[in-house]
Amino acid sequence: MKLQTATRLGLYATLELAREPDRMLSAADLAERFGVSAHHLAKVLRTLATAGLVRAERGAAGGYRFVANRRRTTLMDIVALFEPAPGQRASEPGEGTDVGRALQRVLSEIDEIAEATLRSISLETMLKSRR
Amino acid sequence: MPVVRSAEPVDLPAITALDARLTGEAKAAYWQSMLERYAGGPPDRHFLVAESDRGALAGFIVGEVRAWEFGQPAAGWVFAIQVDPKLRLKGTGSALFEALVARFKAQGVTRVRTLVDRRDNLILSFFRAQGMVAGPSLQLDMELA
Repeated sequence: MKLQTATRLGLYATLELAREPDRMLSAADLAERFGVSAHHLAKVLRTLATAGLVRAERGAAGGYRFVANRRRTTLMDIVALFEPAPGQRASEPGEGTDVGRALQRVLSEIDEIAEATLRSISLETMLKSRR
Repeated sequence: MPVVRSAEPVDLPAITALDARLTGEAKAAYWQSMLERYAGGPPDRHFLVAESDRGALAGFIVGEVRAWEFGQPAAGWVFAIQVDPKLRLKGTGSALFEALVARFKAQGVTRVRTLVDRRDNLILSFFRAQGMVAGPSLQLDMELA
């Protein structure tokens, strides 16, 4: 499954912050940890903050903190913030043809399984299994 | 933590009632035959119940060790699990699952397996939280016209 860069960064940042909800990390800290651009990560963190998953704290020791519920937040909740919803995806050339529709049925089947998987894994489950 | 024990014939009304409440379908004959097949039967079959502090039925789990189903070596299969909604998030489901897994392990199997409706996020999340991941099989269906 191919995730957009923003989605992957959103998952990295959320999981890293959710590991220790009391800990504050800046966009620069997180960017360094994952070897990505701080600018790109800052944008991703703003999206996560708007969704209520993380909160920005100002001040000298400022940064981002995880503020949601680890048991109730699933990987799909984060993926859905960055990936287009299945119904809102722009249609590709050839999708209206017979073979295009047949291929689309197979791709939809894969998407449905992927979505069920992402929806069934909470941050709590994810963080528990990586120990 | 609830007390987990092997089911007995006397548990049938409570099991049937809990399942009917959760699924909207009363299946008394089905649960009677399941109890006959799984409770107190061969040692590779398990029907366990969890009791609340007051001794009421809090939930149940049914499983069996089966070898070569669909070409796969022996594994402990979980066929059913139900927990009273009022007692959820209190460890009843986990206690049932762990008790069944302990019995499977005692029989020497190293793998536990189940089948879940992919739209049933509640049960799917439960098994994921127990550490289960996608297995080696893909389940396939075909509509028969």
